Order: sequence, then structure tokens, then C-alpha cells
Amino acid sequence: MITSIRNVLYFAVMAGLIVLVGQMQSWNLALSILNLCLISAVMSLGVNMQWGYAGLFNVGVMGFAALGGLTAMLVSMPPVQEAWTAAGGGAWVGLGILVLMIATSAWLYRKLPKSGLRTALIMLVVIAGYVLLRMYFDPTTKVIEKVNPAASGYLGGLGLPILIAWPLGGLLAGGVAWIVGKITLGLRSDYLAIATLGISEIIVAVLKHEDWLTRGVKNVTGLPRPVPYEVNLQNAVWFNDLSEKLGADPVTFSSIFVKLCYAGLFTVVLLMVLWLSEKALRSPWGRMMRAIRDNEVSANAMGKDVTARHLQVFVLGSIVVGIAGAMLTTLDGQLTPSSYQPLRFTFLIWVMVIVGGSGNNWGAVLGGFVIWFFWIEAEPLGLWLMDTITSGMPADSGLRAHLLESAAHMRLATMGIILLLALRFRPRGLLPERTHQ
Amino acid sequence: MSDPLNAAALLANFVIVPAVAYGSQLALGALGVTLIYGILRFSNFAHGDTMAFGTMITILFTWWFQSLGMSLGPLPTALIALPFGILLCAAFVLLCDRMVYRFHRKNRADPVIFVIASVGVMFVMNGLVRFIIGPNDQNFSDGERFIIKAREFKQMTGLSEGISIKVSQGITVVTMIIVVAALFWFLNKTRTGKSMRAYSDNEDLALLSGINPDRVVAVTWILAAALATIAGTLYGLDKSFKPFTYFQLLLPIFASAIVGGLGNPLGAIAGGFVIAFSEITVTYAYKKFANYIVPGDWKADGLMQLLSTNYKFAVSFLILLMVLLFRPTGIFKGKAV
Repeated sequence: MITSIRNVLYFAVMAGLIVLVGQMQSWNLALSILNLCLISAVMSLGVNMQWGYAGLFNVGVMGFAALGGLTAMLVSMPPVQEAWTAAGGGAWVGLGILVLMIATSAWLYRKLPKSGLRTALIMLVVIAGYVLLRMYFDPTTKVIEKVNPAASGYLGGLGLPILIAWPLGGLLAGGVAWIVGKITLGLRSDYLAIATLGISEIIVAVLKHEDWLTRGVKNVTGLPRPVPYEVNLQNAVWFNDLSEKLGADPVTFSSIFVKLCYAGLFTVVLLMVLWLSEKALRSPWGRMMRAIRDNEVSANAMGKDVTARHLQVFVLGSIVVGIAGAMLTTLDGQLTPSSYQPLRFTFLIWVMVIVGGSGNNWGAVLGGFVIWFFWIEAEPLGLWLMDTITSGMPADSGLRAHLLESAAHMRLATMGIILLLALRFRPRGLLPERTHQ
Repeated sequence: MSDPLNAAALLANFVIVPAVAYGSQLALGALGVTLIYGILRFSNFAHGDTMAFGTMITILFTWWFQSLGMSLGPLPTALIALPFGILLCAAFVLLCDRMVYRFHRKNRADPVIFVIASVGVMFVMNGLVRFIIGPNDQNFSDGERFIIKAREFKQMTGLSEGISIKVSQGITVVTMIIVVAALFWFLNKTRTGKSMRAYSDNEDLALLSGINPDRVVAVTWILAAALATIAGTLYGLDKSFKPFTYFQLLLPIFASAIVGGLGNPLGAIAGGFVIAFSEITVTYAYKKFANYIVPGDWKADGLMQLLSTNYKFAVSFLILLMVLLFRPTGIFKGKAV
């Protein structure tokens, strides 16, 4: 009883903090913090499945989120017709080679018994496919990138509603997770960590450098939205009536309205994921996962296939992270590959899960809210702190300028200290995992 | 026209010389990771940022010495600053151990808890480095730039391709050899080194025979900090210092340590060179080389580059995957899988 009151209290305080930002700073800012809090919560639910349910250390959260973002762009942007007419043939041949390569590998994987020979054959197929792809596809990419490089210079996407990208982004992330997990699970836990670190760096490198696919560091902007545009709202009669009724300025209210629409969509996803996670955690499957996490040897002796279950939960968690990544790109309205920084996308999510309470879904959600809130608010706070500390120094002092300029970097250190303190003094997090006797 | 001599010179200049230098830097980094793994039994994610931290201190001392007018003549001033960097970095790392890891060690926490704690330490170090020296590129090398210039080499040999060797590359290799020799002497001949190896092989047995675990752990951290600072400073002299690059070095360093066999110092060195050579041979554009080596008037039409340099991480990653698939304990037998 007391714990449930405490849990409600935590969330109430969190809501209060967001309302406080709305009152003190602006409602626009409060809502954008809320939206990112919701996305962070979904992402940390995904990581919580891997870490909290199964004890898997995934250091590649950034990569899976980036895959979701890539899907959002590929699904929603309209195709660039000129690029397709100029290089469509080459693109189809490239895709054909890729599909053939994957199909052959999959076929070999199914038909041959598990052996070193099978692995070697699959690798041979992949290498041959890579060489063919480079030979046929390299000239094509040049053609694509030459088509109007200032505005497009890429193939574009499918031109479908962006909401479809959310589940698809999850599936893509899950597929990649399956490959990584298949190789590294069953070995030492450190290997999974290092392999996921590697795959996420590679995914982001692909996003940054394959201009024909993503425009690279030139970014793809203006992704179609699932919610109305501010300008259209300001011109709509019903909207002006509504803002008049509420006594609000239509321009400010339109951007708040858009953010509220996003918040609604994100809340629906968050609640769905949360509900499914809770159901799973309380089911026989969830009990089995915890049994495996707490004692692999005895779970194995009871006939549980530890590696297969690990693979399953690793893929599931990555799917959720991919969905969150697609949601984030949808909210930004653009794909900016250079924004994928491991400290922001991987390690921050980890702080959320650990601080929130690993193994407890509500804890992961709370962690997502709390840590994102402080991540955003630490910047003005740090600046204010530095300003106060250095106020005694002369205005033209070089040290003062340096301190003020570098204050932003202190939030990394602060996050690290929060993580270390949580590990030491509150290893079970703000909302500890509930164990039913 | 076929011209194997020029082709060999070309390859030496663009592949072998840089790969030997880079391999030495990776080997030193991987030695630190492997030592921590062997003794403390976790993968230290903070190692890249430990390198950045030690290098930063070395850079600050270098700038101070430069402003005092000190120099080593043709050698970079950073070499005088290096011992100070090692000292302060070791002190900081020991402080981290005292504040963070010791608590979990006393609790006999899971290895993965140590890994997460090392992520926390990584955050703190990264933040400190960016706070003190900023996130941008810093260049701190001075003295002579080249041991052999490409032009001099061409004049000496009459070839149309020159080989140039930078001072930083020479220093890297010489330092690596000295450091590795000293480290192996320490591990194999001294009492402390022997107790460290005993502790790594079998902790319980080592404790029973009266080895002081606190001492072993402290010495390990000091060695790891020294190796990290040396590796970081050499890398910074050879290329340049940028905090984020050092974080990204984590992947090739881990790959080196695993390829060689985690916990095996000899393996770490071999792994470093395997990774460095594969990374550079795979990302080198062989167009000019092919034109030299293929007889007749044939000219290569593409760059003949297997993989763009943007994807050099992918090389370490793929080698890592292959080793995990075929030989999870590494080339030299490392610790248990």
C-alpha cells in the first residue's frame, strides 16, 4: 500500500515539474519536453525488456533507434521521380542482388547442418554479393547523387503515411537485432555489449555516408506529418473559433495544439507498449525470463533454452527501441544522421532504465521522464550555476569565458555521477522490481 | 608498364608504415583493456576516455612546458609531459576505483554491474575532458615532423614513389617496444607481476596463498592508466587529439583485445596489429598500385577501394564477428567464453 502511494507520488511530482515549466518558462517548451519524455519512456521500456527482464547489456540502442528513424524517412518521403528515371534500373538490379544474397544465405542457413562449413559458405555468399553490389551499384549511386543534389540527390521514399513507419521501423530494428543476437548471444555477456556497440556505429556511419539513400549529412527535411500543420490550423475557421473561445492567441495556440496531437499519439503507443509489457511480465513467459535472469544454470537444468529466450527478448526490446526511433524522427520532421550521438541515444537511455528501476516497467517509464527532464533542464541550470559561481570574476577574465562556454559539457559528467550514485545507493532504482512471493 | 619496386614503395608508404604505427597504438590500448579484464574481470568501457583524459593532461603540461621554452629538439615536447600525464591519470583512475569499483568488488557484484559502472565513469571522464579542454581538435606536436621525407627518399633511391616516415610514427613504434618489453618483464619477473598473474589465473587460490588483492588491483589500475595515457598521447601526436575520436577508438581496441584473446597480453599486441593492418589494407584505394603492378597499358577505372574509409569501424567489427563465430576465445587462448 505504502509503495503504491509512493509510486503515484513520483509520477505526480513529475507531472508537477512539467506543469511548473509550463508556468515558469512556456507551455510550448513544457509540451516539447513532455513529447520527448514520452518517446524516451518507450525507448527505455525497450531497453528494460533486455536488461530488466533478461540481464542483457545492449550498448547499441542508438543504432536501433537510427534504424527506426531511417524507416520513418523511407516510408514517408515522396519518391524522387527524376532519380528513379535516371537510375531506376540500376537501383532495381542492386536491390535484386541484395535480395538474392540474403535469400541464398537464408537458404544455406536452413538447409545445411550447423557447422563451420555453413558459416564459411554463408560468408562467401555475402562477400560475393558485396563485390557484385559494388560493381553494379556504385555507378548507379553516382547517377542518383547527381540528380539535383541541392534539393534531393537521393531516391526518396515510398510516399506512404508516416504512421506506417512506426511498426515497420520496429521490424527493421528487430531484424538487425536478430542477426547480432544470433552471433553473440550464448557467449560472454561482454561480447553482446561490444558487438552492439559496433553495429550501432556502423548503422550510423551508413546513414551519414550513403547519400543516395539518406542524403547523408545534408539531412532529409520536411517529412510529412501525421498531425496538422500550424499554418493550416491558423487558416481554418473552426480553429480560430476554438482559440477565441479559449481566449488564446491563434499562432501560439496552433503550435501548442500540434504538440498536443503528437503527445496524444505518443501516449497511445506508450500505453500500448506498457500494457503489453506488463501482461508479458506477469505471464508464465515473464516468470521464466526472470528465472533465467536470476539463475541461468538452474533454468537451463529445468529445460529452458536460455540462448533462444535471450534472442527472443533481445529482438523484442530492439523492436520497441526501433518504434521509439521512428517516433522521434516523426516528431523532429527530419532525419539528421549527425544527431545520432552514442552518449545521447545509448547511454542516456541506460541511465533512465537504471535510475527508474530495472525490471519494473513503470520504473522505466518514470526514469524516461525524470532523466529526460533533467537532461533538458540541466543546461539552463548549469549555465545559471556557472554564472553565479563566476560572478565574482572580472567580466573579461578568460577563465570565466571558458567556464561559461563549457558549462554545457558538465551535464555529461552529471549524468555519469547520477548513474554511479544510483548503482551504489539505489541499485534497484526509484521504483524497484516487485517480487511476488 | 609493370614496376614492382615503385608498387612496393607505394604500398609501404600508404599501408605498411601507417598500419605499424596505428597497430602499436591499438596494441597499447588493448593491453590496458586486457589487463583490466584479466585481473578485474570486466570490459572497461571507460578505457577510451581514460586515454583521452591522460592525453589531455599530457597536452596541458606540453603547452605549459612550451610556454616555458622547454623543448626536446627534434622530438616532441609531449614526451617530457608524458610522465606527468601518466601520474595524474593514474591518480584519477585510482580515485575512481576507490569511489566506484571497490564498493561493487566488496559486494562481489556481477561482471555486468562493473561494465555499467564503467559506463558511468566514462560519462564523467568524457564530461571532464570536454569541460577542461573542449570538444574540438587540438594539435600539440612540435619538433621535427619527418624522419625520412618522401622527396629525400626519391632522391636517394631514384624511384618515382617516395616513402615518408613521420617522427611520431617512429616514436610510436620505439615506445611501444620499450613499454611492452618493460610490461612483460614486470609481469614475468617481479614479485608483484607474478602475483598479478596468479590472481588472474585463479583468484581464490591466489588469495589463499596470501596475495594482497588490494595491492594487485591498485597496480593493475596504475598499469592500465599508464598504458592508456601512452597510447592516447602517441595517437594524438600521430593524428590529432579530439575527445570523440578517442571514444570511437573503443571499438577497434576491444576488437583487438578479443581477437587476440581477452586477458592475454600477447594476444592484445597481435590483435592490435591484425586490426590495424586489416583496417588500412581494406580501406586503401589500390588504383595507383594496380597501375604499377599490372603490365601493359591497362588502367584501373575505379578507385579500387574495397571499403570507403568512412566505414573503417566496420572492419574491426567484421573481424570481431568472425572471431566470435569461429574461435570465441581469440587467436591466443584467452579467458573462458
